[in-house]
Amino acid sequence: MLFGDYPLDRAFDEMREGNGNVRAHYQALAETLASLPPDELQRCKQSAELSFLTQGITFTVYGREEGTERIFPYDLVPRLVTAQEWDRIERGLTQRITALNLFLRDVYSDAKILNDHVVPRELVYSCKHYRRQMRGLQVPRNVYIAVVGTDLLRLNTGEFVVLEDNLRVPSGVSYMLTNRRVMKRTFPHLFHSYGVRPIEHYPQLLLATLRSLAPEGRPEPNIVLLTPGVFNSAYFEHTYLARQMGIDLVEGRDLVTHDNIVYMRTTDGLKRVDVIYRRVDDDFSDPLIFRSDSALGSAGLFNAYRAGNVTVTNAFGTGLADDKALYAYVPDIIRYYLSEDAILPNVKTFLMTDAKDRQHVLANLDKLVVKAVGESGGYGMLIGPQSTAQQREEFARQIEANPRNYIAQPTLDFSRAPCLIGNQLEPRHVDLRPYILFGDKVNIVPGGLTRVALEKGSLVVNSSQGGGSKDTWVLE
Amino acid sequence: MLSRVADSLYWMSRYLERAENTVRQLDVTMNLMLDAGSSSAETRWKQLVAALGNPDGLEWNGDLEAMAGKLVFDPLNHASVTYSVNGARENARQIREEISTEQWQRLNRLYHQMHSAQVQSEFRTSISDALSTVIDGIHLFKGVSDTTMIHGQGWQFIRLGRYLERAYAIATLLEVYQPWLSSPSEREHGGYQYLEQVGLLRCCTAFEAYCQVYTADVTADRILEFLLLNRDFPHAIRYSVDGVRHAVESVQRTGGRRSPEELTAGIGKLHAMLSYTTIGEILSGDTAAFLHSIREQCMRIHELMYRYYIHYSIQSALAT
Repeated sequence: MLFGDYPLDRAFDEMREGNGNVRAHYQALAETLASLPPDELQRCKQSAELSFLTQGITFTVYGREEGTERIFPYDLVPRLVTAQEWDRIERGLTQRITALNLFLRDVYSDAKILNDHVVPRELVYSCKHYRRQMRGLQVPRNVYIAVVGTDLLRLNTGEFVVLEDNLRVPSGVSYMLTNRRVMKRTFPHLFHSYGVRPIEHYPQLLLATLRSLAPEGRPEPNIVLLTPGVFNSAYFEHTYLARQMGIDLVEGRDLVTHDNIVYMRTTDGLKRVDVIYRRVDDDFSDPLIFRSDSALGSAGLFNAYRAGNVTVTNAFGTGLADDKALYAYVPDIIRYYLSEDAILPNVKTFLMTDAKDRQHVLANLDKLVVKAVGESGGYGMLIGPQSTAQQREEFARQIEANPRNYIAQPTLDFSRAPCLIGNQLEPRHVDLRPYILFGDKVNIVPGGLTRVALEKGSLVVNSSQGGGSKDTWVLE
Repeated sequence: MLSRVADSLYWMSRYLERAENTVRQLDVTMNLMLDAGSSSAETRWKQLVAALGNPDGLEWNGDLEAMAGKLVFDPLNHASVTYSVNGARENARQIREEISTEQWQRLNRLYHQMHSAQVQSEFRTSISDALSTVIDGIHLFKGVSDTTMIHGQGWQFIRLGRYLERAYAIATLLEVYQPWLSSPSEREHGGYQYLEQVGLLRCCTAFEAYCQVYTADVTADRILEFLLLNRDFPHAIRYSVDGVRHAVESVQRTGGRRSPEELTAGIGKLHAMLSYTTIGEILSGDTAAFLHSIREQCMRIHELMYRYYIHYSIQSALAT
């Protein structure tokens, strides 16, 4: 029997209050778990895992010849979010994405925000994701970031904060959808009694978003998903989304551009392409404009885009706005464009380009988390309290050598949720990645992917670093 | 449908058909070696390799089991069963969103079986059992392909690959065996010749079907007639070419443009040749040349199909 009466500490526990009582909205879940014999839960878990495996819901682990396809670890205990909490998250994300989109538009056109010295010019122009080619280019409906996955954490005050914005090619939404399907099958009664808000319409919303961004005069747009191919770690997700939306999954070699029109090669001849949902990074998208050694994209794509004959989304150069150093300015960006205060706060961030901040960070490396600004997926990170003196020296040297490339943040006591570990409930750190769609308007399906650091005490939730996931139930 | 996807479906299907054909011919050959007969193991092996189109790397070295193991499991030999299954799976993996989950799971399981120690050890104890495990896997895949996939263009490309490969393989097989069928050696007598003839039919899973049409009275010209010209038997060349014709016609019908005259004419010609020639005419003429011409026409159809549906030039496509 599972009571989840593990000891609490400073970190916020999603299920229990500081005094140990189960939070009201977790009551029914806790009772259900306590009433199930442990072997019944193990059986549920195994049947869920089998279902992932046979559905081929796997991700690719790089660098190994055999067995490169692995299932994404999955936890059976759902994470609950109340309607009030979600309302705030939804408003906060809508505000944030609206402002970031305005920021991108501004930076790639008049650059007013730079002239007004709200964001330092050199920070923008030194960002490796800034794309000179996007200057003065009119993007459809002025939407730069149609598909976003923002990472949230909950601090020990119970408040949600934004850890990072993923504005390039965020992934993981297929896990959100398949987690839900498995959960409904595993706990049908519990699910029903909770009144969980649905998320299953995400592919439909995504399709509607893509359609709304089609070039003018193309009432029946041909929409495709561009994948780097079978060797990409998110290939499963690409095939999944293409199938769920009923659109073609294309690779760069399927596309040809002639007279600034993009076509795909079909058995019926060339067929014009109107909207490309791009899951290929900027750098690899068009060898004529970006990296010339890449065979993943399609030559001429960017010029067709520039001519307005095809929509590519997300737009190029959006990585500028999720640069970890620019992140520190997002509250200012929101205030500048919307004259509002940020609803979802940032994590305190030290910029290494600032001499005072840098001195402070170098003196306190053992307490802070240092991140490389352009990296993602948990790579290029120093977690101070868990680091060795040697690692800290190495980072100190790199920070001095290239301050623009690093930021530091306090080590966060972010929240933990109960997970089924072996035969009992144990708390593990979790984050939350809601998926935001921006077409005619901002749309967020209620919930998102709750990622779990399955290693005891670990703070890293990325799947490449031993993380897993669980279903997220937003309650009515 | 994307040309790349059609290409992958086509090759996935061809590879599996090839694997099945190889397995069956090997099984029959190994079985024939059990009886004394006049042919040495070496002769039989050479005949088998010739019937598979004389692939490289299968020169007789005196160790039959090792040779058979190589033909089944050697992933580097392009004629091996494993090589074909790998090819089929690799093609399927790249078009995962186009095929059904059932298809993928069957093919994936077959792939894992080919690489499992269990099947390889089974092969050492009973070659026949191991081979039938492989055949079962392929049959399952074909079954779910027909029952779980939309019978649209993609499915037609699967059929196109299957029947073109089959017609080509049977023509190759008959080309090798035909001289021997027409003039059996003096020493072949008693039951041995019967065994050989039945073996040839078994290579095409045709023995029982043959008996239903002609009774167990097995003669060389009837075998040829059956495997070449029968309209209703799925492993006869005429039936396979019919399959190719239907597949291309359906692709044409569901697509927006007409196939070029060349392709339609190429298939029509081969089809007519098989429909309106009698076995008497074939046997009184140059039989070898007839069989060889079937192979050449199959290759030509493949090329035309490729040039029109898969690797067409951008200029020609923009012109239309």
